[in-house]
Amino acid sequence: MREVDSVFWSRALTELTLSFHIIFATIGVGVPLMILIAQYVGYKKNDMHYTMMARRWARGYTITVAVGVVTGTIIGLQLSLLWPQFMEVAGQVIAIPLFMETFAFFFEAIFLGIYLYTWDRFKNPKYHMLLLIPVSIGAAMSALFITIVNSFMNAPQGFTVKGDALIDIQPFMAMFTPAMPTKVGHVLTTAFMTVAFILAAIAAYKLLRGENHVYHKKALVLTMKLGLIFALASAVVGDFSAKYLAEYQPEKLAAAEWHFETEEGADLILFGVLDDGEIKYELRLPKMLSFLSHTDFNAEVIGLDQFPEDEHPPLIIHYFFDIMVSIGVFMILLSAIFVLGKWRSWSFVEARWFRWLIVLGGPLSVIAIEAGWWLAEMGRQPWILYGIMRTAEGATTATGVEYLFIAFAVVYFILGVGSVVILHRMFKNNPIDKELNSRQDGEGSWH
Amino acid sequence: MALEILGISVLWLFLFGYVIVASIDFGAGFFNAYSLLRGNHQTLTKIIKRYLSPVWEITNVFLVFFFVGVVGFFPQTAYYYGTVLIVPASIALILLAIRGSYYAFEAYSGVSGHKGYALAYGISGLFIPAALSVVLTISEGGFVNMDSGHPKLDYGALFASPLSWSIVVLSIVAVLYISAVFLTWYAHKAGEREATEVMRKYALIWAGPLIVSAFGIIIEMRQLNNWHYENMFDVWWLFALSGLLFAGTVYFIYKRIRYNWALILLIVQFALAFFAYGVSHYPYLLYPYLTIHDSFTNEAMAIALVVVFIAGLALLIPSLYLVFRLFVFNKEYVSGKSDHHV
Repeated sequence: MREVDSVFWSRALTELTLSFHIIFATIGVGVPLMILIAQYVGYKKNDMHYTMMARRWARGYTITVAVGVVTGTIIGLQLSLLWPQFMEVAGQVIAIPLFMETFAFFFEAIFLGIYLYTWDRFKNPKYHMLLLIPVSIGAAMSALFITIVNSFMNAPQGFTVKGDALIDIQPFMAMFTPAMPTKVGHVLTTAFMTVAFILAAIAAYKLLRGENHVYHKKALVLTMKLGLIFALASAVVGDFSAKYLAEYQPEKLAAAEWHFETEEGADLILFGVLDDGEIKYELRLPKMLSFLSHTDFNAEVIGLDQFPEDEHPPLIIHYFFDIMVSIGVFMILLSAIFVLGKWRSWSFVEARWFRWLIVLGGPLSVIAIEAGWWLAEMGRQPWILYGIMRTAEGATTATGVEYLFIAFAVVYFILGVGSVVILHRMFKNNPIDKELNSRQDGEGSWH
Repeated sequence: MALEILGISVLWLFLFGYVIVASIDFGAGFFNAYSLLRGNHQTLTKIIKRYLSPVWEITNVFLVFFFVGVVGFFPQTAYYYGTVLIVPASIALILLAIRGSYYAFEAYSGVSGHKGYALAYGISGLFIPAALSVVLTISEGGFVNMDSGHPKLDYGALFASPLSWSIVVLSIVAVLYISAVFLTWYAHKAGEREATEVMRKYALIWAGPLIVSAFGIIIEMRQLNNWHYENMFDVWWLFALSGLLFAGTVYFIYKRIRYNWALILLIVQFALAFFAYGVSHYPYLLYPYLTIHDSFTNEAMAIALVVVFIAGLALLIPSLYLVFRLFVFNKEYVSGKSDHHV
């Protein structure tokens, strides 16, 4: 009984830590690229506003990166503390990407430190801009490597199980699993998309609050354009992910789509609720699931009936799927209309209600990230290593994990509130007008 | 050389790197808080900030690097240490999290000099080495029991052990001493005479307790008469050499001469003691359950890790060199003549 509690609370604590960490991790992956783009545009066009954008984003980034680093350290060590038996296996098979992730992290930390403290120090501003390339690469690489580890958990390979032991270990086979391309692609594109929409939301909010500065307008147009590009890319890779699931992890797809019986020409179920095994109030798109899974309206899609009951993922993941996809579609439409509207000079894209929708888009994108991860992670239950090790077998045998859960929950609450308060204060006290003016007077406005 | 020896040596080197840079960081937080309470913080805070701001993130990565590397090279440590360390490591993590993020909150948001915050920051920095140093006691053996096949930490024995308390004291005193010597050197380099004097005083104050607690541990280990003491005796000359270098550092600091040499001797002194400790611990990672031989990873992974490791270092060393060139060894930056923060 005590061990069952440990399993439950280990899962709860891992979920809590990761759910908190991925907000900052996503920002951490996406922001360096956005800063790089803004600084490049500023450099090319010789436009002070874009250079200021890079500078102000970088300043806000110092806060989110701090929380990202400490929560990343927490989850890194918590993996061994809460899942010691899993990490023993992972250490034997999948240690390379874990190790490489720390190198990427090192690399990013070093060049970010240099970037932050060398503004205007180089005679040629190009050198300072170039520092952002290793920062962006480091950020993307750490996402790449850690997602490789996660892909391995979904599609373990590169070893043979013999009794209790693992033999014939091939570290590089373990890295390049079938799950890896779609996972890595989706993680990176959605991170870039989310960050673009968060930055767009900030610009839109500033315009709504009466800071009618051309700086914010430029920021809004740039980020919405980038957001549209990455949102479209996310959707394409998301489609590949569904095809991957149909092929390799059909029970995850079946649970996410509430597809209970194996059939040809399967319908796609959107929304709806589950009542005693009956689906109600759903939106049914005929044969779409077959099409999405196999690019063929009449293809057979494997249902949950093909799997023993104790291997079914929880059916709640359907809601996460709905949330993720609906938000993705909404953001594509919103940014497409905005970009088109700017190009065709439609006046409503500058209306207050439209700007409020853009403001809403920031938090919505973050919710989509959370929902997507919950879908992916709960969708592979009951396995911690798909088909090899059950989650309950990987958890710690130590007791009292519930107290740690409470302690960490308090910590994350403090960090969350703290970062919001600090970020708010940072920019409220230093609006763009003030910064541009003091800059033209040749003095630094902020220390 | 056997791969497991190479693996543990490299990891030990990184842990040493962490111990030094983290000590500077933790001690700096404490001195900052103390001087704030005393009301003479202006001189110190500037110096401390100038050093810490561009490097605090890097400090953290050393720690992550170490524990990820250990799991890679010695996967069984994840099982044993992961299971028994859940409480002490979680405490250290919570302190690190609060401390790390509030450092950034304060440093980058433009509000500084809050007393309550500085105090919490300073004190928490001293609890982290205390929480982490528990590992050293546990590794000696006798604090882990097997409970239906799974390791379990005996908290009663741990808290009752004089050895564990001595190690905690040593870790805290060492943090304060290392940090004080480093900051003396750094303040001197910056030309801040007042700060140099303050830090010099602290360095001399903490030198005494450091040597006393180090000897205390040796005596306690001798009384326990355990396997480790025997091994330590075999490399007594390394410890003796370390003691000589310690005397050298204190001499230079006391005479206010050759601060560069004082810092170098300090680092070599701790390196010698640290490696002598590590060598004498051979072959156990956790006595008597885990040796570095039977917990070593499979050969394919070991070779791949070494290759990745060399490639990573090729990237890392020039980058770290660049940081040192730009910040720690840059006259303009150190003396605060130019502030180029974003």
